[in-house]
Amino acid sequence: MEMLVVNNLHKSFGGVKAVTNINMKIEEGQIVGLIGPNGAGKTTFFNLLTGIYSPSSGEIVYRLKQEVSSCSFKPDKMVKYGVSRTFQNIRLFKEMTVLENVLIGYHNNFKYNLFTSLFRLPSYYKDEENAYEEVIQLLKRFNLYDKKDHLAKSLPYGEQRKVEICRALASKPKLLLLDEPAAGMNPQETKELTQLIKWIRDEYDLTIILIEHDMSLVMELCENIFVFNHGTLLAKGTPKEIQHDPRVIKAYLGGE
Amino acid sequence: MKIGTKKNMLTFGLVLAIYLVVQLLLNMGILDSYIEINMVIIGINIILAVSLNLITGFTGQFSLGHAAFMSIGAYTSGILTAKLGQPFIVGVIAAALTASMAGVIIGIPTLRLKGDYLAIATLGFGEIVRIIGLNNDYIGGAIGLNDIPQYTNWTWLYFSVVLTIFIISNFIKSYHGRACIAIREDEIAAEAMGVNTAYYKTLAFVIGAFFAGIAGALHANYFYFIKPDSFGFMKSIDILVIVVFGGLGSITGSVVGAVALSILSTLLQGIPELRMVIYAVVLFLIMVYRPQGLMGDRELKLFKKVGVVNGNASSK
Ligand SMILES: Nc1ncnc2c1ncn2[C@@H]1O[C@H](COP(=O)(O)OP(=O)(O)OP(=O)(O)O)[C@@H](O)[C@H]1O
Ligand SMILES: [Mg+2]
Repeated sequence: MEMLVVNNLHKSFGGVKAVTNINMKIEEGQIVGLIGPNGAGKTTFFNLLTGIYSPSSGEIVYRLKQEVSSCSFKPDKMVKYGVSRTFQNIRLFKEMTVLENVLIGYHNNFKYNLFTSLFRLPSYYKDEENAYEEVIQLLKRFNLYDKKDHLAKSLPYGEQRKVEICRALASKPKLLLLDEPAAGMNPQETKELTQLIKWIRDEYDLTIILIEHDMSLVMELCENIFVFNHGTLLAKGTPKEIQHDPRVIKAYLGGE
Repeated sequence: MKIGTKKNMLTFGLVLAIYLVVQLLLNMGILDSYIEINMVIIGINIILAVSLNLITGFTGQFSLGHAAFMSIGAYTSGILTAKLGQPFIVGVIAAALTASMAGVIIGIPTLRLKGDYLAIATLGFGEIVRIIGLNNDYIGGAIGLNDIPQYTNWTWLYFSVVLTIFIISNFIKSYHGRACIAIREDEIAAEAMGVNTAYYKTLAFVIGAFFAGIAGALHANYFYFIKPDSFGFMKSIDILVIVVFGGLGSITGSVVGAVALSILSTLLQGIPELRMVIYAVVLFLIMVYRPQGLMGDRELKLFKKVGVVNGNASSK
């Protein structure tokens, strides 16, 4: 089943055409890679997928928890639709602890109402305890349990990236968007991350789209790859096909 | 949760004991009327500072209009008790409600404005409220509203302060409150995690205004007399100074700040020519040596009683 369909998507900022004429279909359960040189429009595409920007023209349709199209996207609604993300330039809540960061990811899964929280009725304790248990499980699996009470800003870069993934997962998404998850990680950390992403997909039954410059990670993880160049889709295919595509080699791999 | 309950009982006992002891001392005349006035000022300042801290310290919405909410509360209760002969309870509740309605109104610009721009918008709001007061003859215009019955006593004061601290710290330790802090930290990331930022920013103003309204009612029904100029820009600054002094994002800090600065301000009343200078120097020193405020964003254990998330669940 296709869980994401993109039709003729355009986005321009004034004169800059950041994304032009993108068509894409993504199957449920895949790990998909987006690659391309700097400024190719990859992050802009993510921002369109998460309602931070609205398309200049064209449309995005999700078939996740329900069918929704980009005309009803709003950043804070995407979690409800089953879409969660991380950011290229890590956006953790710096002065909050690791635990509190991940609890914000859990925000929409809380059920008690405002009145209950003001007067600490029994369901407050029940719900908070449930959330706590779930989030702790998640942190343990990411080897972050020992750091749960540390401020997010005090963690090394690689761990901050993991906390961000953890926070996104706490919202229980169907589709996870990762913007350069390995950026700033050393080879050892990147290797661990590769295994972790694979494990996440299988464990939580997710579809994952990731933007990444680290080719070893992309080639090992992704079943399908889309190559962006100057805002357009240059090529798509399996890692093998992409590695041998002369256009890609010319525009991207060869350009280095 | 069991541990939480036991701890809560202890806090409850302590809260009650303080009330009874002070009430006894007042009855015996050991605490005289001069001290009582100062306790009222301190209590009102605690309510104002803690409620502004929710808006500015926790949710990150810079507001220079907090005195306007107090003003609306003061006039509401003043009119109801002095002109319409209503009991104080009606005045207090109405004060809280009218002020929080004003909170909705001022919450709307926050959906578009940030930082300095928001500060100016809230400043404008405060001035509008003041000028409406000055030009309304029914409430006495610039002369002010007189002969307000003195209903505020230790009981009203103390339990209003306790209620404010109780409700706002409960709010902060819930997922609603954490959403507000997340907005302060990174609005875009908060939205991406499903936080409805418009709702929570408005909610912070509504809850903050609610308690500022109560503070206004306590003020009006203690000092007999109110006028629009008592709740102007300088009053908003005074409240903000307490919050910054105590520490943005610390309820303990707001309480300590309100006590310390109220006492300092009273002690300096005898030497008016030096008062503003010394006040300014103290603030200057704090800002130079402790820019995060007395408490930073930390809390005293007492206010940390709460939650599952803050340790109780892990200790079972
Ligand atoms: N808000 C914006 N306003 C104006 N121009 C923008 C905006 N966002 C992106 N752009 C432009 O759109 C183009 C694509 O940028 P984008 O960030 O999507 O690239 P990218 O593929 O993610 O690059 P990188 O690999 O460096 O992250 C760039 O030319 C960028 O300057
Ligand atoms: Mg990018």
